Amino acid sequence: MYTEEFLINMGPQHPSTHGVLSLELKLDGEMIRDCAIHIGYLHRSMEKIAENRTYTQFIPFTDRLDYMASMNNNLAYVMAVEKLMRMDVPARAKYIRVIVAELNRIASHLLAIGTFAQDLGAFGTPLLYCLREREKIMDIFNEICGNRLTYNYIRIGGVQYDLPEGIDLKIGEFIKYMRPKVDDYDQLLTYNTIFLARSKHIGTISKEMAISYSLTGPNLRGSGVKWDLRKDEPYLVYDKFDFDIPVGANGDAWDRYKVRVEEMRQSLRIIEQAIGGLPEGEALSKAGRIHKPAPGEAYFRAENPRGELGFYLVSDGSAYPYRLKIRSPSFSNLAILPELVRGLKVADIICVLGSLDIVMGEIDR
Amino acid sequence: MRQGEIYTAIISKFPEVKEESGTGSIIIPKESLTKIARYLTGQPLSLDNLHCITAIDRKDKIEVVYIFYSICERHGLTLKVHLTYDDPNIASLTDIWRSANWLERETYDLMGVNFMGHPDLRRILNPYDWKGYPLRKDYSNPEFKAKPRL
Amino acid sequence: MVTILTFIFMLAMGALILGFIAVSAMFLIWWERKVSAHIQSRLGPMRVGWHGALQSVADVLKLLLKEDIRPAEVDILVWWLAPFFAVVPSVMAFVVIPFGGNLIIKDLNVGILYIASISSVCVIGIFMAGWGSNNKYSLLGGMRSAAQMISYELPLILSLIMVAMRAGSLSMQRIVESQAGCWNILHPDMAVACIIYLIAATAEVNRAPFDIPEAESELVAGFHTEYSGMKFAMFFLGEYTNLFIVAAIAATLFFGGWHGPFLPPVVWFLIKTYGLIFVWMWVRWTFPRVRVDQLMEFAWKILTPAALVNLAIVGWILLK
Repeated sequence: MYTEEFLINMGPQHPSTHGVLSLELKLDGEMIRDCAIHIGYLHRSMEKIAENRTYTQFIPFTDRLDYMASMNNNLAYVMAVEKLMRMDVPARAKYIRVIVAELNRIASHLLAIGTFAQDLGAFGTPLLYCLREREKIMDIFNEICGNRLTYNYIRIGGVQYDLPEGIDLKIGEFIKYMRPKVDDYDQLLTYNTIFLARSKHIGTISKEMAISYSLTGPNLRGSGVKWDLRKDEPYLVYDKFDFDIPVGANGDAWDRYKVRVEEMRQSLRIIEQAIGGLPEGEALSKAGRIHKPAPGEAYFRAENPRGELGFYLVSDGSAYPYRLKIRSPSFSNLAILPELVRGLKVADIICVLGSLDIVMGEIDR
Repeated sequence: MRQGEIYTAIISKFPEVKEESGTGSIIIPKESLTKIARYLTGQPLSLDNLHCITAIDRKDKIEVVYIFYSICERHGLTLKVHLTYDDPNIASLTDIWRSANWLERETYDLMGVNFMGHPDLRRILNPYDWKGYPLRKDYSNPEFKAKPRL
Repeated sequence: MVTILTFIFMLAMGALILGFIAVSAMFLIWWERKVSAHIQSRLGPMRVGWHGALQSVADVLKLLLKEDIRPAEVDILVWWLAPFFAVVPSVMAFVVIPFGGNLIIKDLNVGILYIASISSVCVIGIFMAGWGSNNKYSLLGGMRSAAQMISYELPLILSLIMVAMRAGSLSMQRIVESQAGCWNILHPDMAVACIIYLIAATAEVNRAPFDIPEAESELVAGFHTEYSGMKFAMFFLGEYTNLFIVAAIAATLFFGGWHGPFLPPVVWFLIKTYGLIFVWMWVRWTFPRVRVDQLMEFAWKILTPAALVNLAIVGWILLK
């Protein structure tokens, strides 16, 4: 019987490619022979724009990089600028930064889990539960800074506004509400037979491959490498808190999913400790709007929900950066996809892509 | 290992490297890139994670920056190579670190650095038939008007 | 020789059945949206009528008025006929469904055989849709569905045979009457047959967790990607009619048909059928989807051997 390979385009518009990503699959029946990735549909040339904006003017642009975790992006950029200018930040601002960054980590992981379950076919129910939890986080952020998705809250030298009255009670209630919900997800999805059959031993990444491809975040930890910037190169006040780093055993899609669920639990612990130990004092940034750092360069990387986001800043003494390079985690994470999908079925490529948890805004910048 | 120790380890084997003052990064000539790269992956440095590749247009030269980290030893290193405009060729590091594949494609796309030996050097962020290298300082685009500077 | 009276009777029955199917499908669409919404902690349709009860009417009107888009390179006869092949067999199966004591259009003495053979024709419809659309995604969807439905025919028919063996007849009314004292599901071997039937039937009607042919996240919309307007409505109608048919068969074969105290038999029959449909909907909105090769493995390596073993057990019990 004569069979032929055929090319299928999971084109830029597709219900489950997490944004505008084009995958060109060479299929032999249901089996994938090869996969070519085309990105760049969302390229907005942010690095070039940065050369024409002041340091403060660029903060809203960082929101739109990984729009699921805006606070973390702001944080990484602002800390890179502060490193360049050797500026210090008041203690209360550091605690507030930790609280909002961890809340945003929970929100981002909720969406990652929900869309992963949706891609596997649990059509709607886990995703809508996750979105219900996200609504609560967005309400808290709405009170803190007025925005639901792109916050522009963390500023050079501190944060934009101090926390409003009563927000620590709201956050405490949220933590109490969220803890049993994370156990709910475990019960509904994690140990479900069909879910396990669909995601175990799919897309296995070995430790060496993970480090060689420079994977970071839950993808790296899912493969068994215990590396988290919050513990290994602590910034802000993470060294004062007590939390664990979940690590997966095999490096398959299920492990990466499980690491994300566990990280949500650990983030709840961090937020609880941060709210408990919030110091009094100034939180606003006194640094003014125009900054002219001395000529030099700095590189800072922070632990985002998707990996390590790095900003490499070169300054020539003026109010505008001379060069800004954004090292995005999803860019490096996506490069491993063609390696993983050879020999898998079409349904599995969706599973692997969902487990890598990419956001196109970050990849294309 | 501390930064100073890393520098001493490298210069003892490759005397042609220089340290850049103020930033702690190391400048190497482009011919020795491959052999230094192989040395970096082995003991004692074991810089197994090529974290970032970027290029800066310094108006008189192109500076290619490599940022390495080591997961087991918990240290990092920044490496710089200077290239001229008429000869922006440099060896590719794809067979040593797999992450170099896409990072070098991006540097080629935005800055025009040609990585020799790269398995698939084409544009990655811009459309495949784009002309010009956008991040160069002399890149002009008729639709782009810079805002007045402060 | 068909007399005038028989002819008028046939027309009337046909109209009645089609009317019932239309109303039932509209009710089921509304009910599915409400059930899924409440499971997902939201509300569902609320505006059109009381709690959105007239939403289906609005949707049907919209689908009737939509433009019928025909892609340029389709295989026109195949593409045009596919919706009919998907719907007509399900409607034909209504002939032998016993709605009440004597409320059955024609109690064929090969009722079960008739249903099994007619429902297999649905596969052709989906396969034709996949091929005729001139679209790689649809082709994948059509292929998958053909493989799936053929694989699950075997456990389905085996479980039907088990019931027929116990009742001693292939006729639907006879099977219902044989459950007069005790419903079939209360016997352990019949309970196993019921479980096998329910799983196989879920795969036959392409409902989750076996809804691979229309797997939205992978194949955009599977075999009905290229259909719009009334043709799409026909596929939709076919899916809900199929759901009613398999639930009705399950109610008849395993849950005692129209037997029940106090209320008229029709009401009991409808309660049992819609109760089973509710269970199907509940399962759909809870579980993820299985992958195609896992589906095949489950059918051939687990379900069919289990059905054969159970068939032997049923035969042994009857011989005792």
